[in-house]
Amino acid sequence: MRVALFITCLVDQMFPDVGEAMVATLRRLGVEVSFNDAQTCCGQVAFNTGYRPEARSMAEHFIRVFESDRSEFIVAPSGSCTAMVRNFYGELFHRPEDREWRERLARVKPKLREFSEFIVNELGVEDVGASFAHRVTYHDACHLLRELGISDQPRRLIRSVRNLNLIEMEAADTCCGFGGTFSVKYGEISNAIMQEKLARIEKSGAEYVIANDSSCLMQIAGGLSRTGSRVKTMHLAELLAKRV
Amino acid sequence: MALPNPNLTQRSHAALENDVLQGALKRATDTFIERRREAITSVADWEALRQRARLVKEHTINHLDYYLEQLVTRVEAHGGKVFWARTGEDVSKYIIDLARVRGVKSVVKGKSMATEEIELNHALEAAGVRSVETDLGEYIIQLAHEKPSHIIVPAIHKTRAQIADLFEEKLREGRPNEVAEITAMARRRLRNEFLSAEMGITGANFAIAETGSIVLVENEGNIRLSTQVPKIHVAVVGIEKVIPRFDDLSVFLRLLPRSGTGQKQTAYVSFLNGARQPKTESGFEFHLVLMDNGRTRILADEQMRESLYCIRCGACLNVCPVYQKIGGQAYGWIYPGPIGAVISPQLQSLKQSGDLPFASSLCGACRDACPVAINLPDMLLALRAKAKESDIGSRPAERAAMRGVAFVARHPKLFALSGSLMRVFARLLVRDGRIKSAPLSPLSDWTNYRDLPAPGGPSFRKRWKQKDMK
Repeated sequence: MRVALFITCLVDQMFPDVGEAMVATLRRLGVEVSFNDAQTCCGQVAFNTGYRPEARSMAEHFIRVFESDRSEFIVAPSGSCTAMVRNFYGELFHRPEDREWRERLARVKPKLREFSEFIVNELGVEDVGASFAHRVTYHDACHLLRELGISDQPRRLIRSVRNLNLIEMEAADTCCGFGGTFSVKYGEISNAIMQEKLARIEKSGAEYVIANDSSCLMQIAGGLSRTGSRVKTMHLAELLAKRV
Repeated sequence: MALPNPNLTQRSHAALENDVLQGALKRATDTFIERRREAITSVADWEALRQRARLVKEHTINHLDYYLEQLVTRVEAHGGKVFWARTGEDVSKYIIDLARVRGVKSVVKGKSMATEEIELNHALEAAGVRSVETDLGEYIIQLAHEKPSHIIVPAIHKTRAQIADLFEEKLREGRPNEVAEITAMARRRLRNEFLSAEMGITGANFAIAETGSIVLVENEGNIRLSTQVPKIHVAVVGIEKVIPRFDDLSVFLRLLPRSGTGQKQTAYVSFLNGARQPKTESGFEFHLVLMDNGRTRILADEQMRESLYCIRCGACLNVCPVYQKIGGQAYGWIYPGPIGAVISPQLQSLKQSGDLPFASSLCGACRDACPVAINLPDMLLALRAKAKESDIGSRPAERAAMRGVAFVARHPKLFALSGSLMRVFARLLVRDGRIKSAPLSPLSDWTNYRDLPAPGGPSFRKRWKQKDMK
């Protein structure tokens, strides 16, 4: 199976280890991986902040980059970037005269999968052969959960990791308070929401928090680090790349 | 409307600093979430019920003119009088004129968001008509001269101790210590108000076009008394409250109490068909005031129309991580939470409350909780786009940054270069493996509350080339 990576701008620039772990995991599962370095950013930040013309120009770039790709799937290590393309790009091309763009989008969109969704639903694999002897808890990233409806796949993958103990935290499905530019526009509110999440993470007794979105993890890691917690964050791809 | 503090950031800061409020909010929202969760398990197919309700609302709102005319015909046939009010002032003027003609000196009010929206109490007081809120929560808010902080639980932000203090100060009958003493004290006071009032004013949860019935859902019985004891009953009803048939009601009566208070059914559900004793010498009157006040503007906007499906249950408030932290009053107007952030900028103006749609993490918990499945995050996004389109709350630096990002994102080489520069800059700020403070906004807005991890080595695109990951 051939897969094109949509690495996302945040992973590319801030969390490249997540990208490497994703490549390693996919290759171990026999997937042929390609990366087109013309890709940049999906435009979610501009879209969510209300700048639709700017978001649209980025969406057009995304479509141009991926429409000619012959891979069976496009896989991204992020629920929210996947949701941006699958659920929101349509709103950027809604006028009657955008028909051509809608058609071009329709060639790209059906191929896009979030990382855990791809492994479980398309490869039919739950045990990727990883091993990690720690207590972990899983945070449901909001867009992954509510825009894409993905909550079972990551948990199946985590449970199949050898020597691992998954402890569900209370209200795993509540927001971490990140919310894109919300986190800086309304930093104080974002922080108050985050503190609730951090308290639940600590209460779970886990050593690691796992999630599928580097943006949520950036918020949670930043909060844990600021409060002097010992709990660490880890992207699901990094967990699945762990060997004995 | 003049606000004590016009800035959402400052209003939420005050709320976040208030420990008593934080405790009250947490207890209340946790309780409502848990009760709702239990209550919806007794419905065989909750999702199907929501979708059914949504379809009914969608159909009704798309044919609103037809159903409103049907409603009016039926109400008039029952001997009720109908007044179409374009604005809030029109509503107040109609009621004040009616009070003058009938010699009304005092009014009892059932809890109603519609009358809160138009500040009817202020208008009545200014016209020399005494107006008393009879819902316990609204009564407390009125005594405290505050605005409601929740759609169905207006005094959610107040603790029992605060209410006891308030009653002691305002009612001068000693300090009621237990909940039962508080309610008994309010009941004694309110009973006299009911008996002396010449007019009762309520809202409505539903208005049924087919039968001309006004439906009122409540737990305290005060709304029923407001409609039955005074000789004149005026119902102020937003035009979106109409539903086509009596049969449709069964859908909404299952959804509303479960979503709102987590009850299978409220203690009282009243059905009013026109005047109690129409055209008799006893002089009982029923007036239905159908209020627009910005609703037809929402109706005209196809993208935003579904915000009119709301049945004002408050479920979206309880599950909202932002509401849970800042409470209702921080939203600056009477509609708080996700639905408030959606309808306030539309009923008022984007200029007045255009910051509300941005105060959301877009987590989507509200959409899941909404009994009529309003796509609240999508509405918030649409309002954000409208605000930026007309440059409301102008942020030139942000706009320039977004344009810059969009330009860079269309040029991969430039993207790689600016990424490298950004990471070089970020590394300068790293102390002990993380960034704890930054000199510039928006980076400093981040580091005010959390650390930023140091960027992890070369970018992925560089590694792909260098490490020959191909």
